[in-house]
Amino acid sequence: MLVQGIKSRPEYKGLDIDPHAKRHLFVLEGEGAAALTDQVEVKGKDFLARSEILYLAAGAAPKAYDAMLSALSPDVFWQAPTLQPLLFRLRACLEQARMGTRLYIAGTEGFIGQIMQVALEFGIDFNSIHTEHRGSTARRVQCVHCKGITDNVTTSPFACTHCGLPLLVRDHYSRRLGAFQGVNIDAEEPGTAPAPEEMFP
Amino acid sequence: MTITFRNETFRDDFTFRNSLTNIRRFPFPFDRDEYMYSVNMEPHIRGKADSVFENLIDVDEHYVAEMQDRAMVLKEDPLRCQALPHMMAAQWDVLELLMEHQAQDYPEHFTLTKNGDRWRWINRPMGIDDTFTFGDPSTLPYPPMEYITRQAQGDFCIVDQRDNNLWMDAGMVTTQADWSLDFDIGMNFMEWHGPVPLAHQIGVFDRALKFLLNLQQGKPTRRLNWTMTVNPRLDTSPENYHKWGPDRMTVTPENVGEKMHLRVELQSLWRLPRSNAILFVIRCYLISLEELVTVPKWARRLPRVLKSLPPEIVDYKGLTRNRPIMIDWLAKYDDGAATSAGIYPD
Repeated sequence: MLVQGIKSRPEYKGLDIDPHAKRHLFVLEGEGAAALTDQVEVKGKDFLARSEILYLAAGAAPKAYDAMLSALSPDVFWQAPTLQPLLFRLRACLEQARMGTRLYIAGTEGFIGQIMQVALEFGIDFNSIHTEHRGSTARRVQCVHCKGITDNVTTSPFACTHCGLPLLVRDHYSRRLGAFQGVNIDAEEPGTAPAPEEMFP
Repeated sequence: MTITFRNETFRDDFTFRNSLTNIRRFPFPFDRDEYMYSVNMEPHIRGKADSVFENLIDVDEHYVAEMQDRAMVLKEDPLRCQALPHMMAAQWDVLELLMEHQAQDYPEHFTLTKNGDRWRWINRPMGIDDTFTFGDPSTLPYPPMEYITRQAQGDFCIVDQRDNNLWMDAGMVTTQADWSLDFDIGMNFMEWHGPVPLAHQIGVFDRALKFLLNLQQGKPTRRLNWTMTVNPRLDTSPENYHKWGPDRMTVTPENVGEKMHLRVELQSLWRLPRSNAILFVIRCYLISLEELVTVPKWARRLPRVLKSLPPEIVDYKGLTRNRPIMIDWLAKYDDGAATSAGIYPD
C-alpha cells in the first residue's frame, strides 16, 4: 500500500472502465496488467474490441502477463521491450487519438507519473485519466539540488545517482515532473546522514 | 522622500544591516506573546507613515542590493524564474501593477509614461530607461514578468484561477524560505502547501482558498508569515540547502544576536484585471536579534513566542537546533512586563 495523506500526490482511484468511451487506451506496466484483467472480470469483455493495450512487462516478465493480455483479444495489443519505445509509441497513439478516447494507466507510481507527463503534454486533463497503482511502492525522486531524477528508490535516505548527495525523500510530489522531492539530509552537518532505511518496498 | 540605498551583500561577507529608521519600520509579525497558524488576512490598505504598510508596494533602503542579489541567483539557476505558456496576459498585468505602484509612490526614483501602448519606464536607482510596446514581449529585453520582477523587491508568484482552485503557474522566486518554484510550478493550492504541518488539519487552507477565490480587483489582501534565518541570506532555497545548511552549525551564545535573523514575509495578494489571475507577492524582511532588541516591546515578546511554539512548527521552520540558544540570549531583555497589543513599537 502507498502511504496515504500526501496532499500533492495524485489519487490513483482505479482503472474503472468508462462505458461511454468510444475508444480505450491502456498503458500498463508489470503488475498493472492485473488491474485490467480484474476489470474484465467485473465489466465483461465488450469494451476490449474498442481497446488498445500498450504493455511493458518490466520486472513482472516471469509472470507472463503479456500472454494473458494478448489472449483477451483486444483490438490492438503491443508490447514494448523498455520504457523509451513505449513512450514513443504512446506519443504516436495520442497524435492520432480522436474525441472520445479514454486513457488508462496502471503500474508502479514512477511509471504512472511518466505516462501522465506525456498525456499532459498532449493537453489531456489529468482528472480525466484513470489510474491504478500496482506493484512496488518504489518512488521516482528528483534531487532538488542537481535536478537529476533517480528511478525506483526504495530507501530513505538514498544517494542521488547524479550528484551523490544523500537525500531524504520528502512526501511532496510534482505531477509535472512525475517525481517526489529529494532534499539533502545532512546539509547542516555533512557526513552525519543516517543509514538508508527500506521505506518503499 | 528620497531613499538612500545601501551598498551591501546577502551572501559571503554578509554586510547587510538595517539603519535605525529601518529597524522601527520592520514588520514585526507577532501581535501577542504566542503564535499559531491562522487565516490572518487583512485588507492590504495603506497603513501608518514610516511603516512598511505606508505604500502597497514597499521600496526600502535594501532595494538596489536585493536586485543585485537576485541577478546573481538567476545567473546560477535560471529555473528560479518560470512561467507556463498560458500566463502571458497575467505577466503583462503584473508589469503594469508594479510599474504603476512604484512610479506613483516613489516618483523621485521611478517614472512611467504611457502614450497609448507605447510606454517609457525609467528606473533611476538601477539606471534603466526603456521604451516598449505594452503587450508585445519582443520589445522588452526579458519576458514581462521577469523584466519587472528583476526591478521589484520580493518574490512573485502568479496564480491562475480555474476549476475552483488556484494554480501556481508562474513565478520569480529567489528569496524564498525553503520552497522550490521549479518543483511546485503547476501545482494547485492544496498541493503546493502539502508539506506544511498542522494547518491542513485545522482547516486553514480550506478557508484561505475559499477566501482567495473571491478576491476582488482593487481590494488586495495581506498577511504576515515568518521564520528565522542564520545570517542575512536572501536565497535560502532548497536548491542551495547543502550550501546554507551548515550556517546553522555556526550559531553560539556569543554570536547569536548578530547571526540569527527574524525573517518576515509580507504576503500580499492582488486580483489581476485582464487575466483574472492573482499576483502573490512574498516580500522578505530581515532583522538581526541585536537590531530587534533595540525595540523593548519586541525584545520582550519574541522569547515568549519562541517558547510557546508547538514542536511541529519548530521542526518545519528549521529552528530545532538553535531555539534554546536564542531563548537564552533573549531572556535578559524580557523583564516580564506586560506587552501592548498589536505589532507596532510603543
